[in-house]
Amino acid sequence: MNMLTTTDLTADTTAQARRVGPPILKVEHLSREFGGVLAVGDLSFTIAAGDIHSIIGPNGAGKTTLFNLVTGVYKPSGGRVLFDGADVSGMAPYRLAARGMSRTFQNLQIFFNMTALENVMVGRHLHLNTRLLPALFRFPSLVRKDREARDRAAQLMTEVGLEKYIDADAASMPYGALKRLEIARALASEPKLLLLDEPAAGLNATESREIDEVIKTVAGSGVTIVLVEHDMKMVMGISHRITALNQGRMLAEGTPQEVAANPDVIAAYLGAAP
Amino acid sequence: MNALLHGRLTGLLALGAVIAILPAFLPNNFYLDIAILAGFNAVVCVGLNLLIGYAGQISLGHAGFFGIGAYASGVLVGTYGWPPVLALLAGAAFVGLMAFLVAKPILRLKGHYLAMATLGIGIIVSIVLRTESGLTGGPDGMMVEPFRIFGVELYGEKVWYWVVGVLLLGVVWLSLNLIDSPMGRALRAVHGSEVAAEVVGVDTARFKVLVFVLSAVFASVAGSLFAHYAGLITPAKADFFKSIELVTMVVFGGMASTFGAVVGAVVLTLLPQALTVFQDYQQIVLGGILMATMVFMPKGLLPTLAALIPARRRA
Repeated sequence: MNMLTTTDLTADTTAQARRVGPPILKVEHLSREFGGVLAVGDLSFTIAAGDIHSIIGPNGAGKTTLFNLVTGVYKPSGGRVLFDGADVSGMAPYRLAARGMSRTFQNLQIFFNMTALENVMVGRHLHLNTRLLPALFRFPSLVRKDREARDRAAQLMTEVGLEKYIDADAASMPYGALKRLEIARALASEPKLLLLDEPAAGLNATESREIDEVIKTVAGSGVTIVLVEHDMKMVMGISHRITALNQGRMLAEGTPQEVAANPDVIAAYLGAAP
Repeated sequence: MNALLHGRLTGLLALGAVIAILPAFLPNNFYLDIAILAGFNAVVCVGLNLLIGYAGQISLGHAGFFGIGAYASGVLVGTYGWPPVLALLAGAAFVGLMAFLVAKPILRLKGHYLAMATLGIGIIVSIVLRTESGLTGGPDGMMVEPFRIFGVELYGEKVWYWVVGVLLLGVVWLSLNLIDSPMGRALRAVHGSEVAAEVVGVDTARFKVLVFVLSAVFASVAGSLFAHYAGLITPAKADFFKSIELVTMVVFGGMASTFGAVVGAVVLTLLPQALTVFQDYQQIVLGGILMATMVFMPKGLLPTLAALIPARRRA
């Protein structure tokens, strides 16, 4: 936790020099309770297009609940979510995906009944013909587009460093590779906004750095990234902005330095004196 | 891709070859009859496997759809004088619509609840067939007219063997095509992780309903043709035990394996014939096979055998 106060704040100059993009995601007074327990309470913030925007906070701060609310996995108890200017509160995840939002999961959600490549090909779903009759009778146009999807999926796997697993069964892959497979699958849907839920959790330092590079590359290609991560070194290193949560509420927001210097944030993390 | 394509073609060719040469080894119509019954079961199981094996849903009522198809043909052709092809299509359309209407609410249910709901449908169909005796002949069943198309009457085991053989090849071909398509991957994704499928744009509810309807229609078509072949249908063909038998065939042969479903249907159709003592205890033995498969061979017969052959084709 003392990472917060160390000098490891490399995003400094670049963050200040960047132009802030238009808002792509807006959360307004968002709330969600589970049986009277407030997981997220009256949360409002904006994420600018093109940013890597991290959500941090101690365990139980409501980060994953926030992800589930934004991506439609949970319906909010109150407030709204605006994506690209449209109110998408409580919209089904597959509809949000069609609008350009995708995500990965803290606890892996892999299709273990498929190969790694097929996992990523499912990510191409929105860009393929998914009707019944062309599939049953194997229309040539469907086969051609499917072959393109296969090539694209293989290319994405290479981009995230999984080229040696292209023909592997997902069930046979190690944990670190599965983390990246989820990113490749989400990217295959060509999202405008990608939410990564603890992509570095459970990884060693080397793997963590590699994920770091992958995220930067993805952001560089114009995808807005929302990142939930406990690895403070990674968060401080790659984020343009950070929102800190505690017990479902907003604690602080700003550039990495601002948040790292915020006394409330330090108190929440260290449980320090008032 | 290559492996899968390869597997599909070789698998289809192998199945076609077996169907083509099998009659040479069958000494008389009794054996042909068993082969035909195995073929009908296989057609239903290939469809059911799309639902159970690939999409990860369950149906304990598929014999009901088979039964509706059979009775639609029996009643529409026999009582109302419809052409058999039209009756078959009407039965399939009715089953498709019915499956669609019930799938919407019940596929929201998961696990045991879905099993219970499909079980209920099967039982309701079975009860209606038994009690509407004015239409269906009640528990004794009803006679069914022969199948006629373009003035030709399909008659005798030798003719029906080829009809069922071609039907099975066609259904296997459709199934293999479907599995290796975007929709097929979406179905398997629903099995693997619904939430992960949703966040890349898969409308999971739509695909669950679609595959339920499709598998029900397969069962209905098989039921219609079976009714014409057998010439007599009884409500027993639509009851709960028949549904369990179909599920056992799929699970035993190999879930998520089209050829596994065929093998499962063939083996479990032959077994009671080979062991006559088996017939009195059919339900017990079927239950035993289902349990033993779950415990010792959870992937089913064909995938387990395939895994023994290292790095060879998987279909």
